[in-house]
Amino acid sequence: MSAKTGAEARPFAIVGARLVDPASGYDGPGAVIVAEGVIAEAVHAPSIAHLSADIAVIDAEGALLIPGLIDLRVKTGEPGSEPKETLKSASRAAARGGVTSMVLQPDTDPAIDDPAMVDFILRRARDIEGVHVYPAGAATRRCEGERMAEIGLMREAGAVYFTDADRPIVDSKVFRRVLSYAKAFGAMVAHRPADPWLSAGACATEGELAGRLGLSAAPAVAERIMLERDLALAELTGARLLADQITTADALESLKRAKDKGVQVVASASINHLSFNEVDIGDYRTFYRLDPPLRTEDDRQALIEALASGLIDIVVSAHAPAPAEDKRLPFSEAAPGAVGLETLLPALLALHQDGRAPLIDLIRAVTLKPAEILGLDAGRIRKGAPADLVLVDAAAPVRIDADRLTSKSKNSPFDGRTLTGRLLTTWVDGRVIDGA
Amino acid sequence: MPEPADIEELIAARAFRFPSRHFLSAASLSRPDAEALLSLADAFVGLNRRHDKKTTALRGRTLVNLFFESSTRTQSSFELAAKRLGADTVNMSPRTSSMTKGETLIDTAVTLNAMKPDILVVRHAASGAADLLAQKVSCSVVNAGDGGHEHPTQALLDALTLKRALGDIAGLTVAICGDVLHSRVARSNVALLQLLGASVRLVGPPTLMPSGADQWGAVVIHDMRAGLKGADVVMMLRLQLERMDGAFVPSTREYFRFWGLDHEKLALASPKVKVMHPGPMNRGVEIDSDVADDPAVSLIQDQVEMGVAARMAVLSSLAARLDHVR
Repeated sequence: MSAKTGAEARPFAIVGARLVDPASGYDGPGAVIVAEGVIAEAVHAPSIAHLSADIAVIDAEGALLIPGLIDLRVKTGEPGSEPKETLKSASRAAARGGVTSMVLQPDTDPAIDDPAMVDFILRRARDIEGVHVYPAGAATRRCEGERMAEIGLMREAGAVYFTDADRPIVDSKVFRRVLSYAKAFGAMVAHRPADPWLSAGACATEGELAGRLGLSAAPAVAERIMLERDLALAELTGARLLADQITTADALESLKRAKDKGVQVVASASINHLSFNEVDIGDYRTFYRLDPPLRTEDDRQALIEALASGLIDIVVSAHAPAPAEDKRLPFSEAAPGAVGLETLLPALLALHQDGRAPLIDLIRAVTLKPAEILGLDAGRIRKGAPADLVLVDAAAPVRIDADRLTSKSKNSPFDGRTLTGRLLTTWVDGRVIDGA
Repeated sequence: MPEPADIEELIAARAFRFPSRHFLSAASLSRPDAEALLSLADAFVGLNRRHDKKTTALRGRTLVNLFFESSTRTQSSFELAAKRLGADTVNMSPRTSSMTKGETLIDTAVTLNAMKPDILVVRHAASGAADLLAQKVSCSVVNAGDGGHEHPTQALLDALTLKRALGDIAGLTVAICGDVLHSRVARSNVALLQLLGASVRLVGPPTLMPSGADQWGAVVIHDMRAGLKGADVVMMLRLQLERMDGAFVPSTREYFRFWGLDHEKLALASPKVKVMHPGPMNRGVEIDSDVADDPAVSLIQDQVEMGVAARMAVLSSLAARLDHVR
């Protein structure tokens, strides 16, 4: 069923697919023609009449055809920690997971905090010829939360939004200035809300479980407290804010109030917090040591509802590779984070399988929505759009074996779990990227 | 006191095979297992009081004490217990080993494992460290304290002390007082004492009480006087000095005023009340010397003695399982 890379110059058609395109609100039989890297034709019918003989035909046999996924939160180890993950290995993992565009976090070593670093990442990405790579720029120099980074120059160089990634910008004055300055360039600022004092040293969510396990824990309100500040400053400055990885029911209420009020805010949820709760920590399993930490089942249910209602705009993998030596430690000493590029789509499809949300809404949160938020020409299946496409057998159960993941690091909390959806082919600009 | 020969018969009669390869938490014990361990430990007390304290349950066995946190009391208690059972013992502590050179806990465990010890006794500052080790080694692991999680042999020795002093544990009201938040002793005791039928109160300032402790089956009380009222046993917890300087409580003197155990507060408890402390004590902080040294109420010295017997019971029953599995 998969076309070979050498065939890229030749136009091809995918017929007999179940096409889901959130932009047109369509979920039904579909077919596309791809030529010269773009979608030359997209029809809402099982086949296309009068295909010329030079077009190679791929029969999807009812498999799901969707726009390539756009993942707004990916960490690699390049530069600085290449044994964890390189751009190349992350790109391969992305292709294996149906992710055709990924936004890299700037908290590398050195940080992506000046235009030369943005340029470096973009050049490296071009050399790899994998999925589309977009760097996020640091909001402050070295992601230290003190002095503003060159937001305007990085924006010109190609940074798609600005953030200090996992490091909170504690100083409200600094954050306010970052927001108002970024606004002048139409740039969005992302911030993961966590009160730094309440969260200091914590590796779990405060509650009966963390208390019994003797883990140092932060109360769930640590998220709401910082989110309220961020929302107030976004309102004050009129800047665009991405509330990065909302995880608690409490914070969702704050988010709703702000959105209702017209604050320029969009919000993400990580696939991990949609899939797991704190009980998964069990006997100190460090693959479930995440930052933000896993929450209660009530929080998870609220998050899924918020995704279905659109209060949560996008879903991210929060891909954070950590090698075995950083995970094979006591829980509190283990590195936080999980790899997720390869499991994002099957985990979302598993949520759909569980009857939690219509497929098209889940797909929208990883395709059209992130494209709109960043102003990317992607995330749609329509004539003239880049042929970033994913074909997946959406009914097939897939058992995740962490050791067989493409990512250099194998820290997947989905290890041993059965998800839904076997990936068949990923196309980027009409080229097959097989992740091998 | 039974005759020496009777003691050996008693120990043999009460011999017990541990239900699992490791002893990681008091919460994992069943009531019959706990009763059997206590009964065996009680027999070892007699042995420990005679001139010849040696037996052979662990002859040929090697026990490694791996203490990442220093503890003279617990480490020597395990060492004595092992030696009296005839084992070879090795003490290792991280400051003198290669742990400081970047070797991880797992690396150390794997290295030690290759030397074929039979029992690894581990203490570590991180919760869950003993569980982690147990997954990576082929010998038995005994948790001698992992962060703020559990210290199961302490709970066992406390139960043994209470049983010998008061008879039955079922029906007793035990007030565990002080820094419950950071205390592994408290968590293990809550599990074991409730298993044995005691009702447990957790008493301390809100800042030193873990969130959700009221769901452990114990009653959480912040007022020390209310918490002590009618209690049969008062178990004091050690308060680390660095937690008292405005971090968790405003000052030492304020803490002593409201949560320190003195005779005045103790008078609210049952007339036959007994006082315990896992040691080492901060005299004048969580406990007044008058109380700690009062032979009429204090079981603190007994606890130390019972520690060796309780650990002998654990080690010999783990060895019995090793013998059986082999």
